[in-house]
Amino acid sequence: MHLYLPIAEVSLDVFVLVGLGAAIGFLSGLFGVGGGFLVTPLLIFLGVPPAIAAATGANTVIAPSMSGVIGGLRRGGVDMRMGLILLAGGLVGSAASVSLFALLRRLGQIDLVVSLSYVILLGTIGGLMLSESIQAWRRRQLGAAAPRRKLHKHLWIHGLPLKMRFPQSRLYISALLPIGIGFSVGVLSGIMGVGGGFIMVPAMIYMLGMPTSVVVGTSQFQIIFVSANVTLLQSIGNQAVDIALATTLIIGSIVAAPIGTRLGAKLRGEQIRILLAFIVLGVALQLALNLFLRPVDLYSAQTIVQGAMLPDDP
Amino acid sequence: MKARLYLLAFALLALMPAPVRAQALVADLSDHLIAITAGFAGTDVLLFGATEGEGDVIVILRGPEAPVVVRRKTREVGIWVNTERIAFSGAPAFYRVAASRPLDEITNAALRARHQIGVDQLRVVPERELTPTKFNSFRQGLLRNKMREDLYSDEVGKVSFLGPRLFRTKIYLPANVPPGSYTVEVLLVRNNQVIAAQTTPMFVNKTGIGADVYDFAHRHAAVYGLVAVLIAVSAGWAAGTVFRRA
Repeated sequence: MHLYLPIAEVSLDVFVLVGLGAAIGFLSGLFGVGGGFLVTPLLIFLGVPPAIAAATGANTVIAPSMSGVIGGLRRGGVDMRMGLILLAGGLVGSAASVSLFALLRRLGQIDLVVSLSYVILLGTIGGLMLSESIQAWRRRQLGAAAPRRKLHKHLWIHGLPLKMRFPQSRLYISALLPIGIGFSVGVLSGIMGVGGGFIMVPAMIYMLGMPTSVVVGTSQFQIIFVSANVTLLQSIGNQAVDIALATTLIIGSIVAAPIGTRLGAKLRGEQIRILLAFIVLGVALQLALNLFLRPVDLYSAQTIVQGAMLPDDP
Repeated sequence: MKARLYLLAFALLALMPAPVRAQALVADLSDHLIAITAGFAGTDVLLFGATEGEGDVIVILRGPEAPVVVRRKTREVGIWVNTERIAFSGAPAFYRVAASRPLDEITNAALRARHQIGVDQLRVVPERELTPTKFNSFRQGLLRNKMREDLYSDEVGKVSFLGPRLFRTKIYLPANVPPGSYTVEVLLVRNNQVIAAQTTPMFVNKTGIGADVYDFAHRHAAVYGLVAVLIAVSAGWAAGTVFRRA
């Protein structure tokens, strides 16, 4: 059954879209990541123009995050205080990214800077996560007595001023740390055009030392606001949000989100981290391949729609 | 004096539009308005007509023109990056050709070029002067990309004759056919000459709820954005609450 998408101006199979939405919901429920990094390329592959794919992806992600947060609040799996501070940093960061974006574009090669920094960043995060979580998993398999679990390692960053208590995360750390992380992720996601959940989640686990049980809900909490912001800006600036596409994806996502959450409750923390590490590494690998492999066609064509603001290079 | 009169009469005759002299060609579409509804998944348009006398029929369907930016990637320090961009004008958003016989049997190169018959004959104009080699490779890049999206096709559709005079052809419009004003050019060709020609308009429009959504998104962008956020938030809210009961 086909549905003509009025903004994207393509006709796509409803079942494919609902399935894609289910993938977003599942990822959101299991890991607390938005899934924009997966959905945007897939929508582009189906023929949706890149700007519309990214904007509509952001709109879609709001729904499973919302239902996840509602569930998380009941279980005490959302650290509101931490979420708000990350969000404050994130909003400032995404605003700053606008001028950074303009600067990089003036220098030329924004694509290159974005792709390279992502490959390095994701490759490092994914590699560290994978080795850490595999070690933890093997210790458990061997039945060896795990070293007494520390809540987090003490590093220089914990000596920063403005210390705050985060009872839900059982942390007493400087507020500058989550603000800084929120800011950096905001800058990156602003430039790349994705929510940045797949960077935020590892950063919460490894840099802030938050317990995995709180990470998913807190990530979903701040994704709601970041994505709502992107949806609004994209609607006003580019008319790039396709409500028909978003609604179809949302139907799939809200059905699949609880499945992800349930599976997440059954899995151990390190198992979730291994899976997420593979996803992060997969994205890094795909970006790297795009950079280093000879493209199928060296030439690409982009039709200029009159009156619409389009990114300089898709 | 007499010679001048002859000349005037000759000029008048030459200036008269072709159909007045002889109805050598009549053609029409089954549908001048292609409505893109919510369930649109591509459609056929039927073109039919009649010719007077010998000749072959060529049908050219062109979509609205829009500027296209073509970019080329080159390898810099092992990495593929867009290094050059050239904007072209004159490229139709959609292009199809149909003919009653293979094009090279009924037309010569000059005729194909003059009437832009065939994808390789489309006249696209670069924004600045280019060397012939560069122009050609960027132009080919443009055509390749359009063909990959099924917006252009280098296949020539079949115009079939029913008896000596009546002809018909079916042109398939895929689901991603761009909305806008199209022209259908029908040529009657004999001995590499266009004997008669007729141009018919065709419109591809969004109708129904799809058109309303598009209008709303463009006229009230901020409200549209808020509605989009609200739909997502309330769907998530509803799902979160239902899940608790289950």
